Amino acid sequence: MATTTTTVPSAGPITGSRSFLSRLRDGDEIARLVTFIFAGSVVLITLLLVFELWRESYLPRHKFGLGFFVTSVWDPIFDKFGALPFIYGTVVTAGVALLIAVPLGIGAAIFLAELAPARISDTLQFFIDLLAAVPSVIYGLLGVFVVIPVMRQYIQPGLKSSLGFLPFFQGPAYGVGFLTAGIVLAIMVIPYIISVSREVLISVPRDQREAALALGSTRWESTWKVVLPFARTGIMGSIFLALARALGETMAVTMVIGNTPTISASLFSPGYSIAAVIANEFTEATGDLYLQSLIELGLVLFLLTFLLNGMARLLIVVTSQRGSGMGQA
Amino acid sequence: MSHRLRWRKFVSHFMLTMTGLCALVAVAVLFFILGYLVYHGGTSVSWDFFTKLPAPVGETGGGMANAIIGSAKLLLLATLLGVPIGFFGAIYLAEFSGGTIAFVVRYAADLLNGVPSIVIGIFAYSLVVLPFKHFSTLAGGFALGLMMIPITLRSTEEFLRAVPRALREGAMALGASRWKTIASVVVPAAYRGILTAILLAFARVAGETAPLLFTALGNRFWSPGWNQPTASLPVMIFTYAIAPYDDWHRQAWAAGLVLLGLILIINIVARVILSRGVAVPRT
Repeated sequence: MATTTTTVPSAGPITGSRSFLSRLRDGDEIARLVTFIFAGSVVLITLLLVFELWRESYLPRHKFGLGFFVTSVWDPIFDKFGALPFIYGTVVTAGVALLIAVPLGIGAAIFLAELAPARISDTLQFFIDLLAAVPSVIYGLLGVFVVIPVMRQYIQPGLKSSLGFLPFFQGPAYGVGFLTAGIVLAIMVIPYIISVSREVLISVPRDQREAALALGSTRWESTWKVVLPFARTGIMGSIFLALARALGETMAVTMVIGNTPTISASLFSPGYSIAAVIANEFTEATGDLYLQSLIELGLVLFLLTFLLNGMARLLIVVTSQRGSGMGQA
Repeated sequence: MSHRLRWRKFVSHFMLTMTGLCALVAVAVLFFILGYLVYHGGTSVSWDFFTKLPAPVGETGGGMANAIIGSAKLLLLATLLGVPIGFFGAIYLAEFSGGTIAFVVRYAADLLNGVPSIVIGIFAYSLVVLPFKHFSTLAGGFALGLMMIPITLRSTEEFLRAVPRALREGAMALGASRWKTIASVVVPAAYRGILTAILLAFARVAGETAPLLFTALGNRFWSPGWNQPTASLPVMIFTYAIAPYDDWHRQAWAAGLVLLGLILIINIVARVILSRGVAVPRT
């Protein structure tokens, strides 16, 4: 979480006016050089990562071109690789996850930021932070032994009998599938939405709330019509952040999605996601084209999360600056 | 009270109650996970679990001693790679640089932080596994270390920046050089925060599974040295949970409890260290 908070702009480096030689004698230049090497290596590693992904996915990029993204055949025996079912599965599960996690997460964030007394809010936030620290394989474990049976016995039959006329809730109830993966993902990303949204809501200036209340609005109206619109961009940022997490999540999804490359409107259908297919097939990939197709999937995942994270950070920074700036004015 | 006002008040109370419920649900999930793991794992954690190798397929019993040692070795390597780069990189960002280079480094770190863990696995595979032609502890530790770098770097930088400028100026006014100021004043002043940052980064990678799948792979026996495939707790939980044997499921719960317990304890300790005594006034 700490990485998303804004930097404190208080103490910048003190610019020295001493000569280069005296700084060298004191060891300052050496310290600067040593730390620079460490800092520079971060940039180097990141560049190398992008370069390796690009280089190692040469074969499928040249053989399939853009067709890679719109073909749905995944056949290692005949060396035909299309990523569509995996992209579909990734997008659908992440979409389901957001549909559940966004209302819940924002609701909880409103409670923590607007209603709860500071002590209770901090305590609850502490638990939320712990929830964010639970590793994904643990979510997968509970997904396999708790969520899947519950889905198969209660939720999927229930949805089928009540909303079965919709194309989303048809077909046999296996327990595994898009819906189950989406629900597990939702639980995993809720802490991210709560933490970021709470900070953004807290940074909304107090005057905004007081003005709304003074005009006679109820507590909820001031929250819904004034505070939320004010924090809109930052909350969007938290959602993008959650989306990036959901798209890249591997273990929990692999364990509950069913691992069958299908494209189906029904959320009950077993599916497959980009991260899950990499996790399952990477060590068994025979032949360069097969392996490199998986690496190209990794590249796609990287680019998607890169874009979403970038947008998320931009939105969060914009709101928190606007919030604090207007608070001081 | 007019009818309309009563309705508005009702809506207000109703919606605010709903937000409370949302918060309750989110927190309840944590306690459900904890309770369920303690209930199922608690009965399966035994002395054997910590001291024995996995039993041959089909036999019951056995433990995960090799996975526990494997995880420890992986995390040791990860810390050796991630903490120095993160720590010294942060010193450069906070103390020596302003401007463009710092922006580029921060940007790269944030980018690295957002990379899905499975992609980190691919990177470690092509960088370490392929040249050595071996799945190994080394490759797994490298992958986890990469994930520690951005977390350590960014939070250490923030804690260094929170050290008041007056402390630096005081030290330099007494004639200390820049690096002496940093080593004897700035870093000690921020040490709680830095320790917290390192602990949180450690806890974060301790549970990572995806980057280990095709770097450390897995192993049902001891893994001598650093150049052999090794078992690790998270990967064991994954393989045991999706296997069809009841006894393996039991052990997966036990491993889950041990892993989650470890991670939550580190998290709580880290937060306690930070909250004890405000060593670093936040401007």
